[in-house]
Amino acid sequence: MAANLSPTLPDDGPPRHSVGLIGWLRRSLFSSPLNSLLTVLVAWLLLMAIPAMIEWLFVRANFSATTAAECRASGGACWAFIAEKHRLILFGVYPYDEQWRPLLASVVLVAVIVCSCLRRFWKPWLGLLWAAALTVVAILMWGGIFGLQYVENDRWGGLPLTLILATFGIAFAFPFGLMLALGRRSHMPAVKAICVVYIELIRGVPLISLLFMSSVMLPLFLPEGFSIDKLLRAQIAIIMFTAAYIAETVRGGLQAIPKGQYEGADSLGLSYWQQMRKIILPQALKVVIPPLVGIFISLFKDTSLVVIIGIFDLTQAAKTAVADAAWRGFSTEAYLFIGVIYFIFCYSISRYSQHLERHLQTGYQR
Amino acid sequence: MAEAIIRMENVNKWYGQFHVLRNINLDVSLGERIVVCGPSGSGKSTMIRCINRLEEHQQGRIIVDGTELTDDLKQIEAIRRDVGMVFQHFNLFPHLTVLENLTLGPVWVLKRPKAEAEADAMKYLERVRIKEQALKYPGQLSGGQQQRVAIARSLCMSPKIMLFDEPTSALDPEMVKEVLDVMVGLAEESHMTMLCVTHEMGFARKVADRVIFMDQGEIIEENTPDEFFDNPQSDRTKLFLSQILH
Repeated sequence: MAANLSPTLPDDGPPRHSVGLIGWLRRSLFSSPLNSLLTVLVAWLLLMAIPAMIEWLFVRANFSATTAAECRASGGACWAFIAEKHRLILFGVYPYDEQWRPLLASVVLVAVIVCSCLRRFWKPWLGLLWAAALTVVAILMWGGIFGLQYVENDRWGGLPLTLILATFGIAFAFPFGLMLALGRRSHMPAVKAICVVYIELIRGVPLISLLFMSSVMLPLFLPEGFSIDKLLRAQIAIIMFTAAYIAETVRGGLQAIPKGQYEGADSLGLSYWQQMRKIILPQALKVVIPPLVGIFISLFKDTSLVVIIGIFDLTQAAKTAVADAAWRGFSTEAYLFIGVIYFIFCYSISRYSQHLERHLQTGYQR
Repeated sequence: MAEAIIRMENVNKWYGQFHVLRNINLDVSLGERIVVCGPSGSGKSTMIRCINRLEEHQQGRIIVDGTELTDDLKQIEAIRRDVGMVFQHFNLFPHLTVLENLTLGPVWVLKRPKAEAEADAMKYLERVRIKEQALKYPGQLSGGQQQRVAIARSLCMSPKIMLFDEPTSALDPEMVKEVLDVMVGLAEESHMTMLCVTHEMGFARKVADRVIFMDQGEIIEENTPDEFFDNPQSDRTKLFLSQILH
């Protein structure tokens, strides 16, 4: 007789009240008296808030008014204000007839960033692509050749400026931060001391004061008649600030790498830089993707602080639009509008980092 | 006997105040197979790790293949190219596939063309009987498989000397044999100079030309395996053997 290997008891499913919708409700929303109370309370709040919000945002909103008074009369959101002012908010005081140029520049910049995120573009010619894209952006923004009117960067503003500050901020702060992190772990005392002092000094100062210093103090140290552009100074301040934070985050990743990895690399005769490049940094950076992306997102939003030294970024442009006497009182709409723009970019960065984390998973559990 | 490929003269090392290596004198000739054993903390791992400068000795001289180990980084890297090492915890690179682990050294250190290095790597993977895993990541392999990959990784550098630092002590019992078989094969098929820290006495009897017993940072006794196991001289050796051969 063949051995009977099937279970002796019949195959019943799990109890009905523990699966499906009812099971989920019991587990997640009504698992205790307190949780039931909280569920009811939150449901009541949502019922109060959501209809009112929808009514203000869409139902009673005015999309087509030509004057502020007409808009105010409808009692909802005044999207006509955004329709009227969107070019000021997006492009600042860039000459009105030339605003296709910053628009195109933004598109080029976003396109090349998206390309850099896709693995199939991770080829040596990506560097060339960037060089070409940046040249195009510079030509579009400044002009002065190909019959384009010259626009000095005092008049740049809005979204392209925010994108430029963030892109260059990340592009330069990241390698600089890596070097600082490696320097801080160096066995050479001088290198280590310089990196520690730099990191601690910068981290001890708010970005706002760095921006002030770069705009007010730096010119005092430069020789007479020699000046660095205001935008460039702000950019440098952002890079210096972010690099210090990146350095500390990356250092955390470096410390998470077991000693055995260094020894394994040593035993093959790899040089210090080969070890870092091929073995240590790829693993360390993978560990710190979440905090690193957090820093990048902060940087993107912190670019709005440049308003305090009179640079016309997206936030400052919105403030200017709100200040128009003919359209007074629509600040909610203006800030919602730029809020959505900031959110789209930051959320995309966040989603991409999650994708990257999954992609780099090699099934190694330590 | 051929001339010494490794020579250690009066080597001393301290961890803080703790004297880990005391007056180590050791000559290893080309092609010789040595097993180093001794109780935990006796300095045996430290001794072989000094040979490729994973640890720094503080006194005495170590000469590997005619080159003395000093602070000169170029010399250290040159010696490491000639000395392969297999670790207790494998130390494979988890973010690279098995094949990439194997070709990293040849391509970046020996500057060999990638295709050639890969062909060579496959040859060594076949030798350690693990060719079909070439495109997996180390994390997807068992401990025994990982250690065999680690051995293949060292062999890809065509080293003159192989150091084994307790290669089987982190493995589950059923995987020890597959790794030892590879090591025995390596000893029998090639004339590789091997230094192996291990407590696998069967392996020592089968392969070793000489067994070295260390205790408290000193070399207490050295002998052929048969003499060492059947006729130990010092009391410390006898005590140690009675503890491991139960």
